[in-house]
Amino acid sequence: MSVPATNEPLLRVTDLRVRFGARAALSDVSFDLFAGETLGLVGESGSGKSTLARAILRLVRADRGAVLWRGRDLLTCDAKALRGLRRDLQIVFQDPLASLNPRMTIGESIAEPLRIFAEESTALEIEGRVAGMLERVGLAADMMNRYPHEFSGGQCQRVGIARAMILLPKLLICDEPVSSLDVSIQGQIVNLLLDLQRDTRGAMLFISHNLAVVRHLSHRILVMYAGRIVEIATRDALFAAPVHPYTRALLAAVPPPPAEGFVRAPPALMEAPAAEPPPTGCPYRDRCAHAVTICAASAPALEAVAEGHWVACHRSRELLSFAP
Amino acid sequence: MTALALDAARRLRSNPGAIWALAAILCMVALTLIGPWFSPNGSEALDWSHVASSPALQSAHWFGTDRLGRDLFARTLEGARVSMAIGLVASAVSLGIGLGYGAIAGYVGGRTDQLMMRIIEILSGLPLIFFVIFLTVIFGRSEYLLFLSIGAVGWLTMARIVRGQALSIRRREFIEAAIASGAGTARIIARHVIPNVIGPVIVYATLTVPQIIMFESFLSFLGLGIQEPHASLGTLIAEGAGEMEAAPWILLVPGGFLSLLLLSLNLFGDGLRDALDVKEG
Amino acid sequence: MVPALRIEDLSVEFTQRGARIAAVRQVSMDVAPGECVGIVGESGSGKTQVFMAAMGLNAGQAAVEGRVRFEDADILGTGPSELNRVRGSKLTMIFQDPMTSLTPHLKIGVQLAEVLVCHAGKSWSEARAAARRMLERVRVPEAARRLTQYPHELSGGLRQRVMIGMSLMCEPTLVIADEPTTALDVTVQAQIIDLLRSLRAEAGMALVLISHDLAVVAGLADRILVMYAGRVVESSGAGALFGRALHPYTAELLKCIPSLSGPRLARLPTLTGQPPRPGEAFVGCAFAPRCPRAAQRCRTERPLLQDVSGGGPEPHAAARRVACHFPLSA
Repeated sequence: MSVPATNEPLLRVTDLRVRFGARAALSDVSFDLFAGETLGLVGESGSGKSTLARAILRLVRADRGAVLWRGRDLLTCDAKALRGLRRDLQIVFQDPLASLNPRMTIGESIAEPLRIFAEESTALEIEGRVAGMLERVGLAADMMNRYPHEFSGGQCQRVGIARAMILLPKLLICDEPVSSLDVSIQGQIVNLLLDLQRDTRGAMLFISHNLAVVRHLSHRILVMYAGRIVEIATRDALFAAPVHPYTRALLAAVPPPPAEGFVRAPPALMEAPAAEPPPTGCPYRDRCAHAVTICAASAPALEAVAEGHWVACHRSRELLSFAP
Repeated sequence: MTALALDAARRLRSNPGAIWALAAILCMVALTLIGPWFSPNGSEALDWSHVASSPALQSAHWFGTDRLGRDLFARTLEGARVSMAIGLVASAVSLGIGLGYGAIAGYVGGRTDQLMMRIIEILSGLPLIFFVIFLTVIFGRSEYLLFLSIGAVGWLTMARIVRGQALSIRRREFIEAAIASGAGTARIIARHVIPNVIGPVIVYATLTVPQIIMFESFLSFLGLGIQEPHASLGTLIAEGAGEMEAAPWILLVPGGFLSLLLLSLNLFGDGLRDALDVKEG
Repeated sequence: MVPALRIEDLSVEFTQRGARIAAVRQVSMDVAPGECVGIVGESGSGKTQVFMAAMGLNAGQAAVEGRVRFEDADILGTGPSELNRVRGSKLTMIFQDPMTSLTPHLKIGVQLAEVLVCHAGKSWSEARAAARRMLERVRVPEAARRLTQYPHELSGGLRQRVMIGMSLMCEPTLVIADEPTTALDVTVQAQIIDLLRSLRAEAGMALVLISHDLAVVAGLADRILVMYAGRVVESSGAGALFGRALHPYTAELLKCIPSLSGPRLARLPTLTGQPPRPGEAFVGCAFAPRCPRAAQRCRTERPLLQDVSGGGPEPHAAARRVACHFPLSA
């Protein structure tokens, strides 16, 4: 899995901001995504990662910013043009059963994109494509007349993936696709996504709170906290030498797999004291061991600390020399 | 669809009240359709020899006759047929209008929704009887007017109910998935919103039928609806009310039929709601 | 020594849509006083249902058979009013989502104090003081202020601490924690596990920790039971289990946990097939369809849970049991 060598980003997000009432769900989010790349997006609850996925697809309204897809701003183009572009931008959701219409058979759900974009003309052709897609995702073609509630979570997720991939999109956004599935089958779904990506040579934005899974999948990783990107780095750089205090805390908090040495070491971390992060300054400051006065005054912007490694922290230069 | 319907049917089957109610409704419908063939008397035939005679199973008139000697059994059946037809047609009309209106308002939301709901609120605010009287004055008495005014009532609440359902559906993930797939608003409303709100809507429709029949009866009672020589349960009850002291059966027969019909429809509607509700969880 | 909890041949069956679902099949286990037992399983394993039945919480909806004794008093045969004296005071439960298990319209202080007022007959002022001490004990900062707040004003981690505090108000003998960290962020999870560890060291109560996450259980449990399709398939001391799992399911499950260190993999390890649906019926071993070691015998004959500790007097904690015809060698 080498990083692909193109220099024009397929997707460029600039200064994206989303507010829900008084709350800032996303602030000043900017990043690029390149063709053939898997970009991991990591964060915990309230980080805004799901909001970001929806804002990119205009499922949620952004107050400010631009989302350039192959040069066209998705946020300002008209509804009809947007619908046309959607065939290349697809999403797989976290809750597989909820993302399927309970009153439609899975065959109808998978066929819907074909119908919307008038891909095939006869019912027979549509059925053929759906059958092919079902087999590709590991389900039997004769299941196409069954309803979602007859399937398990893992199977429903495969249906969701089939629906998303049937038009061979250039970008697939996966919003926590395996978080609600049993551990023993998460690998099946992740491996399927990897296989499909290899087939289509598309780009993938993989959102998860599970760092270990993201580590195996991604070329580059974005870390988000309270609606902001706090660190961007290549996978190796992030795991070997994280800079932002939150990234370090996140990595330290992941319990070691029991098989790897049964160690009971309680990590020393600070917990969020209130339901909402502080509204001014750096949102992580009330949990950060390194917070100083300037952190309360202004929210830090992303700065490059190395080639391709960006950190949003007032003390990033100092932290570079601090071993994690 | 069928799997869910079978599930609901099974749950319905285990509800004895609803099953009896359904049986009663079907019997009454069958009676109104084929009853006249069994009855030896036409509903309009005047039998001067048996004016206002009381019910007697041995006589030619099982349920007695009215002031003009018309057989009450036949009259009641005809009245019931008219009332049920009106109830059914008006319910269907209000369902059709209300479903579309409510789904659009609920799903599209925003200013469109605000506007559509204001219209409904204004219409709800109109005192319906005055509205009907007003129309009657302008267009004269006709049965089409009756249908119109009843339809004008029915769809308002239906639209509100559908809108409420559509509002809760709108946030669900499969709607987002449909939007993300590029589906337009029309497709989403037709294929995703409406099929998923139909459960509570059907239940409400079955509960609307008795309301509509009541309203029709009320209008006819006031003299604004069905006119002589046609009968509806309402007109029959109006007649019977006038004869209450002398010949109570003229009121009791159609009144009893109406009560039984309304009770059965309500029981069945309740049963249907319970059967469909559980599955949603 | 009387076990804190003794479950014998427990079976729980539900009726759903006309079909009978056996969620738990003949499960037996003991929890010694002061011991921490981890119960690990995925969907369809029945792990939660075992303890819902043990608390007498599903009497109305399920058919429960077998015996459950809490400190030598029968649970299953006891009526709700008797049970309520024990539940919430000596035998308590912590649920997965603190937002839904805390009453949203009551202040934290009230909910905590209520436990003592109802179970220990204390006055409200005494109970309130005890509530404040409990908040400090579970490391909630600014305890006095928190008493007057509502659940929605606290972060998820703090709410879970409050839940833990509530479960400890009457100094219980046994606390059952059902997926206590699943709804929490990983940075908070570590602290809750740490809290539970120190509370146990301090108070000495027994703890049953139910989780699908082996790593979480590893941080706390003395002994671990692995459940699959309504039955216990492996029971072992924690160290021994992670050192060398005996049941193929446990071994495969351990392999499925991706690691942060170690070599990067092109494909994630996984089990084939799917976890069993609750109540799914099997001939032979329920894991056979997915087991890399399955042989003909596995598909026809269901393996029984057997002691493989090697005979001789074994301390309860070190006993190893596995339900497999061809267990991995110890």
